Amino acid sequence: MPITSRILACVLACAWIVPGWAATSTDRDQMKGLDEQVQEVKSDVLGIAAELSRLEEKLLYPSNTQVAVFVALAAGDTMRLDAVKIQIDGQPVAHYIYSFKELDALRKGGVQRIYAGNVTTGQHQIEVSVSGKLPDGEDYDRTERFAFEKGIEPKLVGVTLASPETGTPAIALGNW
Amino acid sequence: MARAPSRLLVLGLAASFAAGPSLGDELRDLYFGEALFHAYQGDYFDALQRLDTELGQYHGIDEPQYDSLHYHIGAAEFDVGDFELNYRMHHRAGRAIKAVLEGDVEPAVRNEAAFRLARIHFQKDQPEEALHALQRIEGPVPEHIRDDVEFLRGNVYMALGRPGDAVEVLEALQRSKALTGFAAYNLGMALLQDGRTPEAIEQLDRAGQVDVSDPAGEAIRDKANLILGTMLFESADYDRAGRSLDRVRLEGPFSNQALLRAGWAQVTAGNHERALVPWNLLAARDVTDLAVQEALLAAPHAYGQLSVHGRAALMYGQALETYSHELERVDASIASIRKGHFLEALVREEIRQVPDWVVRLRTLPETPETYYLTTLLASHDFHTGLQNFLDLEDLRVRLVSWRASFDAFEDIIGLRERNYAPLLPDVDAQFRELDSQIRLRMEQREHLERRLHDMLTAPRPEYLADADERVVLERLALIESGLSADVDDPAQQALRERVARIRGMLTWRLRTEYHERFTQAHEHLRELNGVIDTMTRRYDSLVRTRQAATHSYVGYDVPIGRLRTRVDAALEKVNRLMARQGHLLETVAIEELQARRERLVGYQSQARFAVADSYDRATRQQTSEVRD
Repeated sequence: MPITSRILACVLACAWIVPGWAATSTDRDQMKGLDEQVQEVKSDVLGIAAELSRLEEKLLYPSNTQVAVFVALAAGDTMRLDAVKIQIDGQPVAHYIYSFKELDALRKGGVQRIYAGNVTTGQHQIEVSVSGKLPDGEDYDRTERFAFEKGIEPKLVGVTLASPETGTPAIALGNW
Repeated sequence: MARAPSRLLVLGLAASFAAGPSLGDELRDLYFGEALFHAYQGDYFDALQRLDTELGQYHGIDEPQYDSLHYHIGAAEFDVGDFELNYRMHHRAGRAIKAVLEGDVEPAVRNEAAFRLARIHFQKDQPEEALHALQRIEGPVPEHIRDDVEFLRGNVYMALGRPGDAVEVLEALQRSKALTGFAAYNLGMALLQDGRTPEAIEQLDRAGQVDVSDPAGEAIRDKANLILGTMLFESADYDRAGRSLDRVRLEGPFSNQALLRAGWAQVTAGNHERALVPWNLLAARDVTDLAVQEALLAAPHAYGQLSVHGRAALMYGQALETYSHELERVDASIASIRKGHFLEALVREEIRQVPDWVVRLRTLPETPETYYLTTLLASHDFHTGLQNFLDLEDLRVRLVSWRASFDAFEDIIGLRERNYAPLLPDVDAQFRELDSQIRLRMEQREHLERRLHDMLTAPRPEYLADADERVVLERLALIESGLSADVDDPAQQALRERVARIRGMLTWRLRTEYHERFTQAHEHLRELNGVIDTMTRRYDSLVRTRQAATHSYVGYDVPIGRLRTRVDAALEKVNRLMARQGHLLETVAIEELQARRERLVGYQSQARFAVADSYDRATRQQTSEVRD
């Protein structure tokens, strides 16, 4: 083996050990110090968010008129939900198109607050329209109407969606 | 000593503990479901905001058992810690879990909290504290974390430099299905750290052949094979080293390193021709990778060893060209980073929408600052710094948006005040009128009720006379009072008798109909109650509306002013931290790129020398062949 080749082999073989980036201790200390401060500011901002949320709720959605509509998928449902449209008393209030991440979160059992608004006390109508694709690739569209009663306390309306093969109602309304 | 293995184990630990929040059997609290919806998407800020609010309300009420969160309170208390951990808020996560640990909870719940606390300490590079937390586990351990507890214990022992104890713990986990691959790999590393090299080699050999199909399991299997191949190569067992390195998947994260080492194993064993297979494969890959850059020199080196000097010269020439091109790119990257483009590229929102955004970022045209980003991301510290920078950017965007919303709130409040304030005097007048009516009716009702109640013990039929009867009775009394006291006057006497008859008739009717009238009176009282209820409802509705109108614009100045101050202060802090964090990221990125540059310069000069040497040899070889 020529000398140049041996030197080259040695240089190359030693290069294996070098990691992508070896932080200097100063860099590491700075990163750590900053990390502590970032944690603090996150905590501050979460505190602000909580206070702001209370203020918004009081200002924009007082409890005597507040209505919130939530969307969930039936447990184990594999329907590809594309969009949900909500109308209250004939007025469109929400039209949501789902991303893959959101659909995945719904499938895992997450619940989406699709609408928050205000209605007067008394009887109201809600219309829920769903569009998506069934596991066999067939297009799926369904619309259902329900009545709900708004009292003086905040009204939470839960809408559970299911594809036909689950044997449960395609769109079910629950009260919480 | 303790630090290196701790970092080595991070991959295995992170992968096996990456369990998300879990939902119980049936959702009873929609807002808890909403928190999970955000968490499942990785939006931990929103998840925390929601869950913090829910938990705050739950703990703030007198009878929390009637709150819908009560059905999920155990999961929620744990999830808040998990969300904080995922949002890289270790301090708060630790506090949240300690609160569970010190609360009045069942032993199984306390043990799970101790495990989670230990996991946080381990991730924060605090193995002593992690072990202390694990030692608090006593009694029943929930089934779903039983193996994870022991796996963590093994890793903590490794980090503390107690590989013998780690081996004992990890050996017992070799049958755990959830930890397939990870337990095998970590046992191999523990044996290695314990100085039991032959056993370590056998164990890593087993870890390199485990049957797994998930990406994390496949990655750890590849890593086992890569480390085993390196060890065998260093102990001059080239054949076995080659077999182990061959087991590393061609598409996995350790593929480039494995191909490079496989080539060197063959070269060292004298099989230069066989080294060309992995190296030529590697040389065709992404040229920013360190192993690929090395293969560009290594492959012609092998050709040179095979005396194919012409081919070697050609490949050295290509390598030279590639290195020059890469040097230009590195220089462009450094210049671009210095101009601040690196940080700008990192916060591009449209890029971050996709899961593999780092890879996408590198493939974007006109972003030279990100060519070597994946190399930097391999470092845990850089990765943490980058995540913090992105989190700060997210906070900055939120704070700016909130600040703008205060102006909108004040507009709404102003509009409401202008609308309601002139209406309120009329409303108040109506309110007073209604109030006096209700009071009057209430007094009447109370009087009637009292009288009816008294009549139960002392019947008073005359109280139950209707309006006509009362008029007749009053007229009779009037007539009677007008009669003279002369009893001998026949006309007067006749009149007196008529009055007595009529009174007698009335008395007869009132007495005989007494029970019926008494019942009717009660019915009328109930009807009156109905009227009063209607009035009370109107009254309450008026009070609520009046309050709602006032509350819609009164009392917001102080909270909005306070929030505005807090947002401004937080924004200033975030901007300051972003500048420092960004500067640090730029500094380490430039340091890394300069290191890469130096290496490329070294490769370039070696290639330059080697290309001349190879041409020289090729010429001499050709001359010798011609002479022969």
